[in-house]
Amino acid sequence: MTAPSGPNSATDTSNTLTAVETKVTLKIDGQEVEVASGASVLDACTAAGIETPTLCYAENLTPVNACRVCVVEQSGSRTLVPSCSRQAEDGMEIQTDSERVRHSRKMVLEFLGSGVDLSQADPLARWSEQYEADPSRYGTEAEKIEEPVRVQDELYIRDYDKCVLCYKCVEACGDDAQHTFAIAVAGRGFGARISTEFDTELPDSACVYCGNCVAVCPTNALQFKTEFDLRKADNWRADEQTVTQTVCSYCGVGCNLELHVQDETIVKVTSPNDHSVTSGHLCIKGRFGWQYVHGE
Amino acid sequence: MADLHFGDDKPNDQERAVVDQAVGQSLAESGNGPLLEKANAGPATGGPALLVESERLVLGGSTRRHERRHLLLPTLHALQKSQGWISPGGLNYACQQLQVPPAEAYGVATFYEMFRVDDPGHDEDVIHVCVDAACQISGSADKIAELKAAGKKVHASPCLGQCERPVAQFIQGRGKADWVEADSDSATAKAVPQAGDPGLRLLKRIGRADPTSIDSYVSAGGYKALTKAFERGATGVVDEVVASGLMGRGGAAFPTGIKWQAVAAEQPSGDRPPQKYVVVNADESEPGTFKDRTLMENDPFALIEATTIAGFATGATKGWIYIRGEYPLATERLNNALDQARAAGFLGADIGRSSFSFDIEVRRGAGAYICGEETALFNSLEGFRGEPRQKPPFPTTNGLFDQPTAINNPETLFNVLDIVMDGGATYAAIGTDGSNGSKLFCLSGNVVNPGVYEVDFGATLGEVLDLAGGVVGTLSSVLLGGAAGSFVGPDRLDMPLTFEGSRAAGASLGSGVIMAFNEDVEMWPVVTRIAEFFKNESCGQCVPCRIGTVRQHETLVKLGTAPGLNGSAPDALRLLDDIDLAMKDASICGLGHTAATAVRSAIDLGLVSLEHR
Ligand SMILES: Cc1cc2nc3c(=O)[nH]c(=O)nc-3n(C[C@H](O)[C@H](O)[C@H](O)COP(=O)(O)O)c2cc1C
Ligand code: SF4
Ligand code: SF4
Ligand code: SF4
Ligand code: FES
Ligand code: FES
Repeated sequence: MTAPSGPNSATDTSNTLTAVETKVTLKIDGQEVEVASGASVLDACTAAGIETPTLCYAENLTPVNACRVCVVEQSGSRTLVPSCSRQAEDGMEIQTDSERVRHSRKMVLEFLGSGVDLSQADPLARWSEQYEADPSRYGTEAEKIEEPVRVQDELYIRDYDKCVLCYKCVEACGDDAQHTFAIAVAGRGFGARISTEFDTELPDSACVYCGNCVAVCPTNALQFKTEFDLRKADNWRADEQTVTQTVCSYCGVGCNLELHVQDETIVKVTSPNDHSVTSGHLCIKGRFGWQYVHGE
Repeated sequence: MADLHFGDDKPNDQERAVVDQAVGQSLAESGNGPLLEKANAGPATGGPALLVESERLVLGGSTRRHERRHLLLPTLHALQKSQGWISPGGLNYACQQLQVPPAEAYGVATFYEMFRVDDPGHDEDVIHVCVDAACQISGSADKIAELKAAGKKVHASPCLGQCERPVAQFIQGRGKADWVEADSDSATAKAVPQAGDPGLRLLKRIGRADPTSIDSYVSAGGYKALTKAFERGATGVVDEVVASGLMGRGGAAFPTGIKWQAVAAEQPSGDRPPQKYVVVNADESEPGTFKDRTLMENDPFALIEATTIAGFATGATKGWIYIRGEYPLATERLNNALDQARAAGFLGADIGRSSFSFDIEVRRGAGAYICGEETALFNSLEGFRGEPRQKPPFPTTNGLFDQPTAINNPETLFNVLDIVMDGGATYAAIGTDGSNGSKLFCLSGNVVNPGVYEVDFGATLGEVLDLAGGVVGTLSSVLLGGAAGSFVGPDRLDMPLTFEGSRAAGASLGSGVIMAFNEDVEMWPVVTRIAEFFKNESCGQCVPCRIGTVRQHETLVKLGTAPGLNGSAPDALRLLDDIDLAMKDASICGLGHTAATAVRSAIDLGLVSLEHR
């Protein structure tokens, strides 16, 4: 997204000039990997076939490098570096499974597990096991995030007990997709929360119900109301759901939709992150229009 | 694209007036080209005129090319001062005037200690009372109880940068300017017990020149260095600073000459306008540090002259002084000095017919230790939350407003005056091989005469303590470098206070804190409070620090208070080790990296007893 009248708009030719792709070569766990220049260390790890846990990173959002679960060891660097946002450079030597890396990843997962409800954050559970994170070490008195579930409309709910503060929803609502800026991080330190101004209820806020924040949330802190209700009724059966691809018919843009169906009812709508039109983001009609299909 | 959404909350008349004034006045002061004209052409209140529609997008998000988002912090200050809080109506109106999304502005307002977003329900001044170590051991808790009993509104505060006069207080005025009771001339001069000593370099004018008069400053030799700088030329000045070996005094000890060289080398290129900045990091919030306050209160013109030289040397045309919000006297003196310097032609267009144009603007922080971290400071000044940025890129290429920026500590800049006058080689001869020049130390705690002391590098810890009249009682430990530093024991009295000497001892000079504790001090509360400080001051951006500082504090509280922890102390220590390593290795910035250092050193030194626990 470039500002229409920014000082750069007329002169920014950097994208076109680098059309000829150059390559950089680096070593990941001793293995030589070649990636396009501009690629991240995370990309290089993936190219080397190494899985890296990520939480605040998404290919359709600007990296905020806040969660630190993706850290790797870079020779010559005093601290570990976030692979999601560190650019790969020629000659870099990266360790992805050293003692230090394992320790920091484990601690990040353990810290999160000790303060946040990760019960619906699927990959986190798997990684926590893989890195032997043990949140119980901090005792039952360890301070936790305690927030009421915010059910303020029929479209989606916010359960910030599950929020890991990955900033994804803020980015999706702001610069990276929606440009609505309905939500931001408020407060500081452990008291930091995603919030509207003065915690105004969503219907009174700037929110336009595009649902893009819900789509990017990795922990189910943001949930479509349909899912929330089904879960409450103990009737959310993700593995039985089918996904049907279609193109949104509300306007001529041509957004790809994925309809998630359970018991012959659409229970949520997503869009593929790699879709050239949407990059995973939709508007209220594509995201929630199906509610009218079912005759609400 | 739809317009920004604003709620229905309306400002009251006062709120409307102070926002209009803050926005209009700041625009006028900062000389913001087209917007300045628009502001001048605007309504009689001085409020802003309409924005061009295309500006909205640019201003809305974190896209940094904007012209007025940076006015958010001064505007929030104005609202807080007027109403004692930032109300929904006030915030809403500020957001409309600045075209900032309300959710983002709320995120900014809730970041700072000095702002509140809930109605206080009274219209009295609020007394901030320091609860950090130097004040804690001098009776913060009693002071708070006493003030509360007297019906005062009290707010427990982290270090207020007045550690030489515990228990420190700062009063946040309601409807009037903030002030510090102890800020009379005698009190500020008392902060410099060496005043008048002919051997002083950085402190030489204190007590001799009137800090409110440019004539007095010039009579005391002021502005000779700027003239000399023009003679040497920009490259000549940078060369001398490189040759001097000057290292930054803000804590990270980075060579200033290298930094300036890098900024000077940045040329405007196709995609960026020819604008570079000098930023003075006067956010001084490291517990135990009060040297910059002392310099700015007592010799403000010197900082302005040195900043102007930095601008000339690096090719910057604008300087910013970001000063912590709890320093009202220093802020007043700097603003007064800026006015006088401008009137005398030492700032503005074509200074001294050198064809160099430069001006400086003062911006107040609002209570957040993290805003002393350089990239957090940029974000804060730009009107965003004071969250540090990932480095690289570094400030020398992508600093304030994403432009090449030289950011320095006030003490660092003070050194530049002599370097320019005498040459880098002469300066480099002062001090030791690894540490050139002189250094300010902030002595507090159990010393006879607390205050700021200057010594040439090479003096030992013991010698500097003696300068301050020695220790009251029997020394048990010294907190060196502040909360981000470490404790050292009495066996380190012969340690030279140099970069290399402290490093060899596994410590760091940090910002020059020397806080002494005698054997009568119960150390558990002190150590636990340090952990609490980091927990409170973490910006919250990254997991290792946001949650690690909380877990560290909890673990210490358990270790220090629970008598039934018999047998589990080793587990707790192991936990502290694990937390420490993760914060050091995986945090984004220096706050997380150092949040465990002092705590661990206290445990390693045996300052806190793990027996019978
Ligand atoms: C948490 C934190 C707080 C800091 N606070 C200050 C400060 O108050 N003043 C300061 O000059 N530097 C502070 N620094 C260091 C700055 O990031 C930066 O290194 C310094 O301003 C550079 O100036 P110098 O080279 O003249 O020292 C802080 C760093 C961290 C990580
Ligand atoms: S639904 Fe859309 S507009 Fe509303 S908060 Fe989420 S991203 Fe923002
Ligand atoms: S609500 Fe979800 S997307 Fe937003 S910060 Fe929290 S975890 Fe991330
Ligand atoms: S280390 Fe702490 S202060 Fe620094 S960015 Fe992370 S959370 Fe913020
Ligand atoms: S995924 Fe890299 S820091 Fe979060
Ligand atoms: S003012 Fe109290 S410790 Fe600094």
